[in-house]
Amino acid sequence: MNEALSETADRIREALPQHAGGLSVAYGELTLVVGRTAILDVMRVLYGDHGLQFWNLIDVCGVDYPAREKRFDVVYHLMSPRQNARIRVKLETDDVSPVPSITSVYPGADWFEREAYDLYGILFSGHPELRRLLTDYGFEGHPLRKDFPLTGFVEVRYDDEVKRVIYEPVRLNQEFRNFDFLSPWEGTDYVLPGDEKAKAN
Amino acid sequence: MAEAEVRNFNINFGPQHPAAHGVLRLVLELDGEVVERVDPHIGLLHRGTEKLIEVKTYLQALPYFDRLDYVAPMNQEHAFCLAVEKLAGITVPRRAQLIRVLYSEIGRILSHLLNVTTQAMDVGALTPPLWGFEPREQLMVFYERASGSRMHAAYFRPGGVHQDLPDRLIEDIWDFCDPFLATLDDIEGLLTDNRIFKQRNVDIAVVSLEDAWKWGFSGVMVRGSGAAWDLRKSQPYECYSEFEFDIPIGKNGDCFDRYCIRMEEMRQSVRIMKQCIEKLRVEKGPISSADGKVAPPKRGEMKRSMEALIHHFKLYTEGFHVPAGEVYTAVEAPKGEFGVYLVADGTNKPYRCKIRAPGFAHLQAMDFLCRGHMLADVSAILGSLDIVFGEVDR
Repeated sequence: MNEALSETADRIREALPQHAGGLSVAYGELTLVVGRTAILDVMRVLYGDHGLQFWNLIDVCGVDYPAREKRFDVVYHLMSPRQNARIRVKLETDDVSPVPSITSVYPGADWFEREAYDLYGILFSGHPELRRLLTDYGFEGHPLRKDFPLTGFVEVRYDDEVKRVIYEPVRLNQEFRNFDFLSPWEGTDYVLPGDEKAKAN
Repeated sequence: MAEAEVRNFNINFGPQHPAAHGVLRLVLELDGEVVERVDPHIGLLHRGTEKLIEVKTYLQALPYFDRLDYVAPMNQEHAFCLAVEKLAGITVPRRAQLIRVLYSEIGRILSHLLNVTTQAMDVGALTPPLWGFEPREQLMVFYERASGSRMHAAYFRPGGVHQDLPDRLIEDIWDFCDPFLATLDDIEGLLTDNRIFKQRNVDIAVVSLEDAWKWGFSGVMVRGSGAAWDLRKSQPYECYSEFEFDIPIGKNGDCFDRYCIRMEEMRQSVRIMKQCIEKLRVEKGPISSADGKVAPPKRGEMKRSMEALIHHFKLYTEGFHVPAGEVYTAVEAPKGEFGVYLVADGTNKPYRCKIRAPGFAHLQAMDFLCRGHMLADVSAILGSLDIVFGEVDR
């Protein structure tokens, strides 16, 4: 860990003592894990603290881990132009508990949060206008969730009889081919067909 | 006579408006000719890139990055390659680094040339695009000669670049540099002191530096507001720290400043390209990592070595595995900070690949920037934001 990075880490421990346990460094990048409800306070400190000055909102995005109880990660990336430092702030949530919106601190979070809502169904409380952003008008479902099929559910075409674009269930002439290249020797977590007996012993 | 009832007027700008730079639908609420509210509707070019990347191997995911900001394709690939290399701990040979820098700068010129000239077209000048597209075409030929494709290059690969540059190509790029500076002077002669161009751009969409940071701006948009901030200088990646170049910054943060910065950045890019070529003439090493587990073997080697053949087969079927972890890498793309947040789970496919596009953050500020301006300024502002829908909609 280089000097500037450990300085920033120390400064964060000082400014946010109650979250110091969530701080970690990997690949030369700072990560701060916080609780869902604390995010707005943490953002205010990161923005306003004189030794940190994370003024630039880089990114807000969701990540889906369906196996977990709280299935979503919301990941914020911030950058401090004054200290020349970056930080990643992470929190966990599920599909019903809303995350406080950070648009009051960073107005630029508006679309990023809308995108996370659109693609993952993560809810944000206090967002000025939480509606879909990237998907079609009237789209149903949250396409970047791991349980959403790659090919989707509906397809569109122009119908010459009704003179408009219509939605139909997806019809594939060939099934999407998803090759599993994971080697059974390097450890898979599922049982290969025919191997049930070998695993039972 | 009773005073006529005055009500605000809503119009749709786009999605098929020539000044909308692609498929943007702006819902404008107008009071007379003054813009009261702007609601950009995006997503008309949404292709689910991030979802597609999750079911592709790392190498198969790479060409999707060409299709994001399709006017400077290699800069995007660069961010993705850096992310994979950081996770897998791959070192890139020096010649490959130089080639990457050279082509990133070509990409920057490609993007700025398109932007500056179409911005001029948005405010009524017709000649600049005609002059600007000629060198653009030459630069695309350099792309083609290196990668085989004018736009969708897939040339930067994790571990290096795909193929070596022939000496002749390097010399041709050198010969391009100086005449191009003269072309830039010509274009600048048309625009910089042009009364109409100035009337349309000076003091339009002024952004203070504080707002620029808050709204998530980057690249030219923060430099226009006075921040000497360029990732190539402040957080150098690849071998940018070896190069000498200046960062132009603006004073007023308006559309005209941003135009001036783009013009100067092209000159600085030429400066970097020249230094790069001088180094490339001397540096004749490998162009790709020697590690057979990430970079494919040479064709000739495959004819003789069984190991190389196996490596080739494994790389193009299963692909390489990237150790579990998460990284965020960013490059100074022509439009701003282009970042890739990559979550790997130890398999041959990315678990999550979030693409942070600069244009996305810039476009969402349209309401903030346009409020109180005239309807005609909307296209000037849109032009100076440098929007490409490939990266906004992903």
